[in-house]
Amino acid sequence: MMVRVEDKLFLNRFNVDEEPHLRLLDGKVCFEQCEDQPCLYICPANVYKLEKDRISVNYEGCLECGSCRVGCPHFNIDWRFPQGGYGVRHKFG
Amino acid sequence: MEETFDAAIVGAGPAGISAACVLADRGAKVVVLERGEYPGAKNMFGGVLYGNHLRQIIPDYVERNCPIERNIVESRLSYFTEEGGVSFTYRDVAFFEGLRNNAFTVGRAKFDRWFADQARARGALIVCATVVTDLLRDAGGRVIGVKTDRADGRLRAKVVLLADGVNSPLAAKTGFRPEVSPENVALAVKELIALPEEVINERFGVSPGNGVTNEILGNVTWNMNGVAFLYTNKSSLSIGIGANLADFTREKVRPYEMLESLKLHPLIAPLIKDGKPQEYTAHWLPEGGYDTMPQLFGDGFLIAGDSAMMFNALHREGSNLAMTSGRLAAETILEAIEMNDFSSTGLQRYAKKLQDSFVLKDLKKYRRFPSFLETHKELFTTLPRATSAAAREILTVDELPKKARQRKAWKAIRGLVSPLRLLRVFWDAWRSVR
Repeated sequence: MMVRVEDKLFLNRFNVDEEPHLRLLDGKVCFEQCEDQPCLYICPANVYKLEKDRISVNYEGCLECGSCRVGCPHFNIDWRFPQGGYGVRHKFG
Repeated sequence: MEETFDAAIVGAGPAGISAACVLADRGAKVVVLERGEYPGAKNMFGGVLYGNHLRQIIPDYVERNCPIERNIVESRLSYFTEEGGVSFTYRDVAFFEGLRNNAFTVGRAKFDRWFADQARARGALIVCATVVTDLLRDAGGRVIGVKTDRADGRLRAKVVLLADGVNSPLAAKTGFRPEVSPENVALAVKELIALPEEVINERFGVSPGNGVTNEILGNVTWNMNGVAFLYTNKSSLSIGIGANLADFTREKVRPYEMLESLKLHPLIAPLIKDGKPQEYTAHWLPEGGYDTMPQLFGDGFLIAGDSAMMFNALHREGSNLAMTSGRLAAETILEAIEMNDFSSTGLQRYAKKLQDSFVLKDLKKYRRFPSFLETHKELFTTLPRATSAAAREILTVDELPKKARQRKAWKAIRGLVSPLRLLRVFWDAWRSVR
């Protein structure tokens, strides 16, 4: 099934911080050591995308669940909350 | 000079605000630090709160215009295959009056803000848009305050209550709760779907103000240990689905694809038809339960609610455990203030209070339930199919005599699960919750 998560994220309100709150510690690890690359699947906001030579981190749509942080088999994601007041803003919750 | 609070609370959710209300009520100087722009901005859950536990903190919550969406009068438990499903439903007139607001739905953005306003009215200081990044400790390791992401963001307090929820980089960083492992949390995604109030009343057969909860198990979670739900709000439905995070990683499932497939299910699609999606959220549930709980108190700190992994998966209860643990933490802090002892000795009564309450009694009773789900995958694979196959067989009316029909139904079950394994599942299920 083809679902565009962007359509879902478009419904949400975000107060995007200029400073990314998610970062890959070492981009090489994802290609040289990580066979499964679960971040590409488990992230409910599809923050992690496979590009030609790297995995991009589109932190702007992050729903702040934490799954990538503990789901990464190599603990290769530097994860913190967005600065106070930034990030996703639930309208209903 | 730096100001010292009696208590600093991390997180303006049900646990933190409950504690703040109780503390402020008794004159304690309390500050709540919330990372969202407003309380509830970051919070999400299925949608059910329990009147009994809220009443113990705000006795007149209804009169104070608590933003209740719908009073729950009917609970459905469904077991779905891809094509259909079996459901049990319980509705009772008691839930309209005597047991009114036993359970009700809320949206967290509205509820948490309202709840925080109650704490504010009692004298608590609620500081939003502030992330607690670390805890302050003295030379002896005792917690003496918090460090925030604001300039000059240090705050001294006699006690710190950690109520920052299940996803807590702070807990992991400070070591007060080890980082969760994927096996111990479920990842859930939820969509809010707007529908006119009258349409919801009609589709669920309820009068204005009343509503339905529906928990759905079976093949909807794509062979993973999980659960889906559909709850009625005033003029929207909350539809969500979640599964164990380790299962997500193993099965390489995209959560939003599973949610979309649930929305197309033949028993769900007519209920949400023509609804307009309004919001899409994601959150963890601390499924691990009792065995994954951290030390609940120490020198200068206490842990409550989701932060402490207090969650009853079988009864989908969490917000009530959070409110009660927050209240008991506050009572413990008040006693500590009286004794002027904020060491772990002064705070140890928290554990006793939790043990004497339903919180730890329930968590203990169901401690084996999470591993039961994890080790009996047929609950999410062959068993729903067997149930549906048998039901379809029994309900098919043609020339076949009933005896042959029943034999055929039994054969359909056996073809999917061996009778011995079936017995084993029932036996293990009973043992895990007794």
